[in-house]
Amino acid sequence: MSSMISSDLLKPFKLKTKQQELLIRVSILCLVYILAFITRLFSVLRYESMIHEFDPYFNYRTTLYLTQNGFYDFWNWFDSESWYPLGRIIGGTLYPGLMVTAALIYRLLHFLRFAVHIREVCVLTAPFFASNTTLVAYFFGKEIWDSGAGLVAAILIAVCPGYISRSVAGSYDNEGVAIFALLFTFYLFVKAVNTGSLAWGLASAFGYFYMVSAWGGYVFIINLIPLYVLVLLITGRYSMRLYVAYNCMYILGMLLAMQIRFVGFQHVQSGEHMAAMGVFFLMQVFYFLDWVKHMLSDTKLFQAFLKITVTFAVAVGAVALGVGMVSGYISPWTGRFYSLLDPTYAKDHIPIIASVSEHQPTAWSSFMFDFHILLFLFPAGLYFCFKRLSDATIFIVMYGLTSLYFAGVMVRLILVATPAVCLISAIAVSATVKNLTVLLRSKNKVVQTGSTKGTSSGKASSKASLDQSQPFQKNGAMALLFGAFYLLSKYATHCTWVTSEAYSSPSIVLAARGAHGNRVIFDDYREAYFWLRQNTPPDAKVMSWWDYGYQITAMGNRTVIVDNNTWNNTHIATVGRAMSSYEDEAYEIMRSLDVDYVLVVFGGVTGYSSDDINKFLWMVRIGGGVFPVIREPDYLVNGEYRVDKGAAPKMLNCLMYKLSYYRFGELVTEYGRPPGYDRARGVEIGNKDIKLEHLEEAFTTSNWIVRIYKVKPPNNRW
Amino acid sequence: MEGPIRAREALALTLFSLLFFLSRSSALHDLLISNAERRIDLSSHIVKVYLTLKVENAGSSPASEVVLAFPPSQVDHLATVEALATKGKRKKTTFVRLEVKPTELPDAPNDTKYFTIYLANPLNSAESITLEVLYMLTHSLEPFPAEIGQSESQLVYYRDSALVLSPYHIKQQTTFIKTPSTKVDSFTRVEPTNRAGTEIKYGPYEDHTPYSFSAILVHFENNSPFAVVEELVREVEISHWGNLQVTEQYKLVHAGARHKGVFSRVDYQSKPSFNGVSSFRYLLARLPPRVHSVYYRDEIGNISSSHLRTDSRKSELEIEPRYPLFGGWKATFVIGYGLPLQDFLFESSEDRRYVNFTFGCPLMETVVDKLTIKVVLPEGSKDPSAVVPFPVDQHLETKYSYLDVVGRTVVVLEKKNVVPGHNSHFQVYYTFKPIFMLAEPLMLASAFFLFFVACIAYLHIDLSIRK
Repeated sequence: MSSMISSDLLKPFKLKTKQQELLIRVSILCLVYILAFITRLFSVLRYESMIHEFDPYFNYRTTLYLTQNGFYDFWNWFDSESWYPLGRIIGGTLYPGLMVTAALIYRLLHFLRFAVHIREVCVLTAPFFASNTTLVAYFFGKEIWDSGAGLVAAILIAVCPGYISRSVAGSYDNEGVAIFALLFTFYLFVKAVNTGSLAWGLASAFGYFYMVSAWGGYVFIINLIPLYVLVLLITGRYSMRLYVAYNCMYILGMLLAMQIRFVGFQHVQSGEHMAAMGVFFLMQVFYFLDWVKHMLSDTKLFQAFLKITVTFAVAVGAVALGVGMVSGYISPWTGRFYSLLDPTYAKDHIPIIASVSEHQPTAWSSFMFDFHILLFLFPAGLYFCFKRLSDATIFIVMYGLTSLYFAGVMVRLILVATPAVCLISAIAVSATVKNLTVLLRSKNKVVQTGSTKGTSSGKASSKASLDQSQPFQKNGAMALLFGAFYLLSKYATHCTWVTSEAYSSPSIVLAARGAHGNRVIFDDYREAYFWLRQNTPPDAKVMSWWDYGYQITAMGNRTVIVDNNTWNNTHIATVGRAMSSYEDEAYEIMRSLDVDYVLVVFGGVTGYSSDDINKFLWMVRIGGGVFPVIREPDYLVNGEYRVDKGAAPKMLNCLMYKLSYYRFGELVTEYGRPPGYDRARGVEIGNKDIKLEHLEEAFTTSNWIVRIYKVKPPNNRW
Repeated sequence: MEGPIRAREALALTLFSLLFFLSRSSALHDLLISNAERRIDLSSHIVKVYLTLKVENAGSSPASEVVLAFPPSQVDHLATVEALATKGKRKKTTFVRLEVKPTELPDAPNDTKYFTIYLANPLNSAESITLEVLYMLTHSLEPFPAEIGQSESQLVYYRDSALVLSPYHIKQQTTFIKTPSTKVDSFTRVEPTNRAGTEIKYGPYEDHTPYSFSAILVHFENNSPFAVVEELVREVEISHWGNLQVTEQYKLVHAGARHKGVFSRVDYQSKPSFNGVSSFRYLLARLPPRVHSVYYRDEIGNISSSHLRTDSRKSELEIEPRYPLFGGWKATFVIGYGLPLQDFLFESSEDRRYVNFTFGCPLMETVVDKLTIKVVLPEGSKDPSAVVPFPVDQHLETKYSYLDVVGRTVVVLEKKNVVPGHNSHFQVYYTFKPIFMLAEPLMLASAFFLFFVACIAYLHIDLSIRK
């Protein structure tokens, strides 16, 4: 009786296949959305809710300013706390998208009466946008292949280490929202191309605007899309849809992008943006020719007309470009752009770019580390894309190939390649699994072929032919299916492991294993910054290498000479020169810069290897690049960089060496080693008797990682 | 609870008016002090003075108040004055707490300031009573030299009078000064003066007229932590769902001799016994028992060094700032913890409740220059009133927290110059209807409900123009 009632009750809840599919799809998407968020919370759980690394501290500081002082003050903010004595116009030299986004989320939450702190919002912005990226990936995958590929793409991108590396909780950087914006713009543009709808074109223009406001990587979009359009034109895939999509996106996107102060008129003035403009004009010529062709019925006449018009258009374009270049109206390509096209460029010409570890060419291992099985699935996906070529798949192929090239040039650009790699791999996974399951099921029901809409008729026929030829094909398909699941589950474990081990460390707080396996925390950075904040005069100027500039201003709240916004090479070179000079020469430089405190990072006690002594050669190089008195060979012995007894005399007496090793010679760091044994470099230091004349030790943190010195006022003459 | 208070107030009022008529003319000089013994404890940076007075009524009319006099330089630093009357002999001594209030008297010599002790029973003529007075002085030790290096120890001045300042004639008096160590650089001699170990004895002195004063200066070593909280804001947030959340914001400073010159980590680490003796690395906070989810952080994140020890009677939190504090160095930080509500919230009558919490600073041996206590009542509570055992400034504020619509009423209590002696209980009464507890869950539920309704509506409505 009761079972009858229950079955009666259940009857209306019985879903049709389509509804079931929708339910499964929505629930998978929800789970992926949550997964993408929580997998990025390792750092919060293991450490605390804090901002990571270097640049995010600047972003956090500006967001704080934005929420406290409002948008107009933020926009007009002249920051006198950095780049002393030059200062920095913050509003005009940053991409405000991230800060405005975080501030809006903060306002919204407060409007809904959630009294959260702005720091929490900033910490969780990147995971939140990563979750949103999975949704975009789903829709993108659906657009270029089918909803199955979309789901797989969403899952792959949710946990892909290449993306997680820049979007863990606390990694409050432009890339966090920019990858979302990038993928979203591409999706909207592809959608616009596919539909030819003005609405989607408009949406993609706004997507582009958001991307421009968020990250300098928008240059990739404004070059990739014209390239794509060009390829479509060449392959004869020009259509009205493309015309509408590109023109709408380019014109509106350009106008909107000009509203960002940092970008300004670059869209019409800088060499990096000229390709887009060229393609835009080319598009008009194409349209015009199309129209003329339509009007003229005579093909011969049209050929002649085509020749004249194309020559004329190219000539006008070339002349315009030449005049623009010569007159200086169009600026040439920047060094950063060159270094993308030519990986060796930065090493020879811009040491400041080459000195950053994330600007190094990518090693194979890090491709493997960040992509894992996607690296194998990517070519397979390309194969499927070429097999079913459409406007959309051409786009994703081009995106994949170009971004993979850039990923090879610079480590940090793996991030840009990740969505493309995930999407293309998703196509491979989805298509393979679909083919295999179709095979498995068709054995039982031969009539099934008609219902699978995704696979084309060619595939069905090939399968039909296989049917007769291979008797073990069902088992083979089964085995392959299990193989695919094995690979995918390996991918999941690899991603989780990488996230937890490699990408969830805030790098402000260092953790190590103690002698008994317990976790030891080195919180020296914050100790030093908080000491600066509390115990130095509010107008004190702190000199340090530029890596720590953002952190000192954000956490120490003190004025710095140089920071991570490396806009003035000469200023940085001056600091580099001071660090690599003898103390009395350095004192003159520091006096001229009004320096009150000098901060150095030293890992000799703890064995922390990314300290200033290991970065010192870059200071010499950058300093020497502007001031020829600093010569790199003076610091090397037979081309070798060393700090022990055999080190070069200039090395042993330069300011950086003295400040790092001051009174270090009295300290026994390791049992059974002589005093003054540097654990980061594994040698006994060469100069143990360091006397400081113009500086005095003001503070050294408990593990000696940060050492702060006070610059003494000049001696009285009497 | 309300009844007794009102009765006490009424009693005080009548007493006051009674005294007003009685005292004005007579009481002041009819009394005399037959014996005064003063013990000044200088072992920490809070100066504690125990004064035992044997008061005799030499006049004819009964006296009901005793006046204490303080030099104006001490009054500004005076944190508390408490008086106890002793009853009974030797072993069966019991103490009765007496009321003490600052008073103004006409023609006070040299701006002397007064506190009046109101006796429980008037002192009849020729009777005598023993009063125990305890008062605490803050910021009364002046570091000299004012700046010291890392390896020096801290020397301070203490200024007082060898004779007890009093508006009464004192027949016999003695003063003992206890220093933290035997290292006393110098002290003023007012014969007879003796020094033995860590104690300096002034007196006994016989027969001194009212307002006798004899300035003394003691220069001695004091390396106890001069921990001063310049500003402390304690926020106590009541949630009727069973939690009392306390957030305390500290601005800590080392108020001793300023640190001069270098801070050398190698010296500090290798010779801790005579390096940085005047500095301190950690402080102890005594929190209520059953404390949970304790955090300790500052503007830039968690401070990774702190230890919590809990047992059934108390919890101790060892707070270690990011760096050792030398003279003049500052540190700001926030401590937060949750407490079970049933330990602190009580019902007084229908819908009327009161929260019973400790005033003062949980840090031990610490002076708080300005203490603000904010009691955040749940949303919808009415008629708040605070009962504090000593005078404080009060006002009301409104605070918006999670899911608040009208805001929460905040009772703000402010007091300057707070010492551990102020760690007594205070009560905040308010009216709260339990139905208000449901407001926030209902709001959330209805928001979700509306969201789902909107989703359903969106799925079923076709907004396209073309069909």
